[in-house]
Amino acid sequence: MTIGAAPSAAEPVPHRLGRDDDSVNRSRRETATGPPSKRVIVGYGFWIFLLSDIVLFSAFFATYGVLAGATAGGPTGRQIFDLTNVKIETGCLLASSFCCGLASIGVGLRNKTMFHASMAITFLLGAAFILLELKEFADLVAAGNGPGRSAFLSAFFALVGCHGLHVCVGLLWLLTMMAQVLAKGFRDDILRRILCFSLFWHALDIVWVALFTVVYVIGAMT
Amino acid sequence: MSETADPALRAQRAPGDQQLDGSRAAEAIRGYLLGLLLASGLTVATFYLADSTMVWRAAIPIALVVLAIAQMGVHLVFFLHITTGPESTNNVLALAFGLLIVFLLLAGSLFIMTNLDSNMVPLGEVMQMQR
Repeated sequence: MTIGAAPSAAEPVPHRLGRDDDSVNRSRRETATGPPSKRVIVGYGFWIFLLSDIVLFSAFFATYGVLAGATAGGPTGRQIFDLTNVKIETGCLLASSFCCGLASIGVGLRNKTMFHASMAITFLLGAAFILLELKEFADLVAAGNGPGRSAFLSAFFALVGCHGLHVCVGLLWLLTMMAQVLAKGFRDDILRRILCFSLFWHALDIVWVALFTVVYVIGAMT
Repeated sequence: MSETADPALRAQRAPGDQQLDGSRAAEAIRGYLLGLLLASGLTVATFYLADSTMVWRAAIPIALVVLAIAQMGVHLVFFLHITTGPESTNNVLALAFGLLIVFLLLAGSLFIMTNLDSNMVPLGEVMQMQR
């Protein structure tokens, strides 16, 4: 405030009203403790990817919603959905999400046994989910209700298959993380990869919640 | 970032953030257990409601969608650790934007396609006219 007619202390500059240096510094001290760690930034970047993935899924959901009634004389959802199978699949995925959480606590404790055991259970539950889904698909195709049967079935196979493909990629990633911890230990970069993996796995469970509600439960009702 | 002295800030971090001691690990496990309990409760409610006669039949799909959204919220808070903490601010803003896009995509597609479906001449009749 040395150039021109600097306002005196008695008439403060408007944009500084109530924001004297002291209060600005104080609020800065209270809300942040310096630049965020690499871990926070990596998590944020991966979160952006997950959101874009969810936008991709919403396009598949919109397609399914539009085509759900276009059965072209073929079977409707009510006739082909087996809710018992869906209940088991949902249980598998939810339990695997929980085990994935336990694995990240194992990472926090730097406990390799807990990490590997939790990840192994996560893998088994995820693999069980995929096997059940593949069996459902195989049964549908064998009964002549493959994706080529009607627009409804095309949209169904695209949506559920896209989720299943994501779970398969997640399973591969899970094994990679187990191998990396085995070979390299809990290094900082490995920890960040595990963080991204657990975010990915939990996000897949969120997509499945939307999927089993909209496609299976509501589809089996109407 | 090193250990923060402020316990409120520390509590907002996800487990596995940095090294946990026994008591904080137990706290984190309790968090996951609570999330699992809430999520499975909502899942069971979804399957129960699907073939119950307690609720007016036409209202059930809407109730199911509400349950699904509640369960997604539970997953976001307890499993993905989206909080109101300062480290989550950017994530929450990104989430809000993502939800806007998802809403536009879903509502827009369904609205436009239903509208087209009810206003356009069915394909069979178009072929009749061309004859």
